[in-house]
Amino acid sequence: MNQSKNNLKKFYAIFFLAALSLAGGLSYYASSSPDGLEKVAEDEGFLESAKDSALSNSPLADYGLAGLDNERLSVGIAGVVGVVVTAIIALALFTLVKKRN
Amino acid sequence: MHIPDGFIDIPTSTAFGTLALAGTAIALKKAKTEVDDRTAPMAGLTAVFIFAVQMLNFPVAAGTSGHLLGGALAMVLVGPYAASLAITVVLGVQALLFADGGLTALGLNVFNLSVIAVLVSFLAFKLMVKLLPKTKSAIALAAGIAAFVSVPISASAFTLQYAIGGNGTAPVETVFIAMFSTHLLIGIGEAVITALTVSAILASRSDLVYGWSRKEVALEIRS
Repeated sequence: MNQSKNNLKKFYAIFFLAALSLAGGLSYYASSSPDGLEKVAEDEGFLESAKDSALSNSPLADYGLAGLDNERLSVGIAGVVGVVVTAIIALALFTLVKKRN
Repeated sequence: MHIPDGFIDIPTSTAFGTLALAGTAIALKKAKTEVDDRTAPMAGLTAVFIFAVQMLNFPVAAGTSGHLLGGALAMVLVGPYAASLAITVVLGVQALLFADGGLTALGLNVFNLSVIAVLVSFLAFKLMVKLLPKTKSAIALAAGIAAFVSVPISASAFTLQYAIGGNGTAPVETVFIAMFSTHLLIGIGEAVITALTVSAILASRSDLVYGWSRKEVALEIRS
């Protein structure tokens, strides 16, 4: 029982660290080409109808830390912040909605 | 495939926002049938993992990239209702913290990615589980097929929104063909990432995988 609980914690820790390293490290190597929707919008001439989000001046807009020139660090910090914030919100949400046993 | 503000007019965005809200309310109510003390962290970490993998755009054709949507992956890992909530959390964080996806478009994005992608994945997965043998590799394959199908269908949900309230002048048929064909390619990436992730987790903790540990439930009660 204890053994399986420890294994469960270890599994969750590895799952979290995998996400953290993908968002904080590997994300630097992601393709910067427009995604499917953006490319179609460009080809079909409706890309100009896009408006900047009201939050487009936020410090982490477009997955980079404003004012930081080091691209690798900038996207890495954005990734780590995103992972941590998503973790806090999602873990809190599922703790609230779960069935208690 | 995050819709920015401006592509779709406000009345249409509001209408789909209402549908998205209804979907989220249902998911909030039903997720407790899927998530308990032991699996609540799994559902939370699934959202985290999908956020991370969505940052990893992969090239699909000249000058075009795609990224995981995650509807099928989340559905197979934690069940459809919890999956829908997980994707909605990801979309909320992306729109509010990273200005990725518009604010008025949030309802459109939630509808396409948290509702449609998850629903289509669930139906496709259920069908594949019925057809394929009940082995771990077949479950991973079923997850991959569900993932593949979910992407062009979600892309078509955008085309529907464009047809109703698009601010562009391109004909709907042209947009449909372009969106569908581009996202068929992206669907291949979605399928590979989903099948690999599901099979890695099945190999280590199959008891935490909804689509494996509750495959009988998935077939009978949840229809």
